[in-house]
Amino acid sequence: MAISFEPTENTVAAKEHFNSIAMEQMRPISRRYDENEGEVPTEWVEWWWNTGRKQTSGKLDGPSDGFIQACVQAEELCFGDAALYLRMPTPALGGSAVGAAGTSEQKVQFLKHFHADGGHPIWGAMAITEPQAGSDASAIETTAEFDEASDEWVINGQKIFCTAGKGSSTVDGGFTVVWATIDPEAGRAGIKSFVVPANTPGMELVGCEKKLGIRASDTATLRFENCRVPRDHLLGSAEVKKKDPKKAGDKGFKGVLATFDASRPIVAAMAVGVGRASLDFVKENLAERGVEIRYDAPPAELTALERDLMEMEAELQAARLLTWRAASLISKGRPNNLEASMAKAKAGLAVTRITQKAVGLLGAEGYSTKLMVEKWMRDAKINDIYEGTQQINQLIVARRILDYPSSVLR
Amino acid sequence: MIEFQPSDDQALIAETVRQFAENEVRPQARTCDETGEMPAEIVSAAHELGLVANALPEAVGGGGERSAVTGCLIAEELAWGDLAIAVGILTPSLVGLPVADFGTDEQKNTVLKALCGSEFQAGALAITEPEFDFDVFRPRTTATRNGDHYVIEGRKCQVPAPGELPMLVTAMEGDALQAFLVDAKSSGIDRKRESNLGLRGLATEEITLSGVEVPASARLGGEAGADVRSLIVRGRVAMAAMAIGVARAAFETSRDYAKERETFGAPIATRQAIAFKLADMAIEIDGARLLTWEAAWRLDDGKDALREATLAYQQAQKVALTVSDGAVQVFGGHGYIRDYLPEMHLRNASGFASFEALSLV
Repeated sequence: MAISFEPTENTVAAKEHFNSIAMEQMRPISRRYDENEGEVPTEWVEWWWNTGRKQTSGKLDGPSDGFIQACVQAEELCFGDAALYLRMPTPALGGSAVGAAGTSEQKVQFLKHFHADGGHPIWGAMAITEPQAGSDASAIETTAEFDEASDEWVINGQKIFCTAGKGSSTVDGGFTVVWATIDPEAGRAGIKSFVVPANTPGMELVGCEKKLGIRASDTATLRFENCRVPRDHLLGSAEVKKKDPKKAGDKGFKGVLATFDASRPIVAAMAVGVGRASLDFVKENLAERGVEIRYDAPPAELTALERDLMEMEAELQAARLLTWRAASLISKGRPNNLEASMAKAKAGLAVTRITQKAVGLLGAEGYSTKLMVEKWMRDAKINDIYEGTQQINQLIVARRILDYPSSVLR
Repeated sequence: MIEFQPSDDQALIAETVRQFAENEVRPQARTCDETGEMPAEIVSAAHELGLVANALPEAVGGGGERSAVTGCLIAEELAWGDLAIAVGILTPSLVGLPVADFGTDEQKNTVLKALCGSEFQAGALAITEPEFDFDVFRPRTTATRNGDHYVIEGRKCQVPAPGELPMLVTAMEGDALQAFLVDAKSSGIDRKRESNLGLRGLATEEITLSGVEVPASARLGGEAGADVRSLIVRGRVAMAAMAIGVARAAFETSRDYAKERETFGAPIATRQAIAFKLADMAIEIDGARLLTWEAAWRLDDGKDALREATLAYQQAQKVALTVSDGAVQVFGGHGYIRDYLPEMHLRNASGFASFEALSLV
């Protein structure tokens, strides 16, 4: 093995496959569902459930780029439309949580409907954020109490910003993974995650947010009032390790946080997809009017446009390569906490800037809803916020490079 | 398959050079900058390591291990130690690799065998010109064929001081960019030692060529000529790797300082204002390095890399400057003092805005 940037045939095939889905299934309805916030993009959801999810991406024998291929898939589909990507009927982050912390029985129990041949579209989701607790997930106040009599967990609290939460909470067969504390005195060590099947009594969909972008994605507020789930719907152990909350005690919480190490490269790849949509469009649009980037022109002759475009290209590719590096470590089963946060921080900010620049470069046309660049600018911004803000990822990177625990660098 | 890990051989070479840079190069960095004198014993020691010869063809006594990716790993580690000494060590490549790629048999015999010999031989490349609108692909220096010789006219700068070997001079021959092996003692050549903002440990010269005559056989590649453009692309990849080495040196120096320096009872690295700056440095350095590796990999794979090399170099220039400036800032007032390294890293980093090279990896 040696440093190489040659994708496998599998990755190339996957890229082509998901690119054609992006262009044929997503782009034609992209504007419509942005303008009709809250409406279910039925044709897309049905198409994915009945056709898209059953297609293979031209899987071949031979070597695979592993998790990088998942990043390529996310990039291509978000090149199509990031909001429609988030609206896909899949287990999504709820599935990642079950996959990471669930027993084999739990995996079968909660994920089987997603693999069913027929049925209807269903969604999975993860509910972490609360009105008073976002980045500081250890400050969540939703509780889960165990009721010995009925052998059930009883959940009480409110969750906001739950992506795909409308589908996951109201369509039978889907589920929401809810973070709650089983021991408010124990801090982080008391936080556990619970699988709440759709339409469980006591779980109420309060409503969905109106957002700057990714409007086709349902961002739900969920209220839990004496919402009961069976004992085996807890993911992981019910044990609360209290000894030293700063050290061994938060292993459980760290386990929960570890899902971010896999999800952050995916979000970074999603960001790169939106950024590429914008940059490719601007380059093609300007090329039609005779603006071409001269990579061999001396600095004194480069136009401001060329400089901007070159910087956007370099920034986008740097973000993509950092993302792939973080993904490559996952494939090898190696720790990637630092690299995942580096990728997410870089991609979130780079793509925010690229898409904003794209609007500016096209002038009044870029500002108009006749073109898509204004939408991509709105869609891009969330990537610098969700799945850990820019600042949270900077904090994680800083702790790693300085070798400081969270108690020292807060 | 996409892979971010160097091969075992590459990792071993990089580790060897890293140790050399840490133990030999870095301790001399400040003195070299202050005195303007290249430590000859370090340059000789690097020659014995075979850092240049390893990439030259086996036929002339080299190692035959040419790889742009490996070259980038070496260049980054050396530049991490010190940029001036790194360039001092690698100057033979500035002439050697272009000759290896395009030279005639005669040129290879003279130049490459000397470079693979037991004694270090400095190489000199005259590529940059002292003009704000300098175009490396279309220099103002001209070479005009006149019977069995060429007449070269022009002005070059940032030329590492020539030694025994002929220096390589880029010039326009009509509409074609070509390079010529020119004896620095030829008549019509006027040489002046330069003084620059950074890279002060490396003796460089401004060289004026007035009616300098060289035989037709001095053209790189002889009658066939050379694809000088492709050498410039390779040079950009190498310079990008060096810029990353400087940036990493500045980053690590300021990171370590931030963990020691205390304000209000705690190390400044525990403050987000400093910690986030350091985090951004680390992210940007890794991003620019991956762009550089990708460009280098394209070269090794025989692909065109003008776009990737140019983007990588621009990014690396920006990162080196931003990071070294940030390092001075992390040091505060001490960063401005020549007792510490960041001010030197800042001066060295700003040179990449004008540095160009032929090959080097």
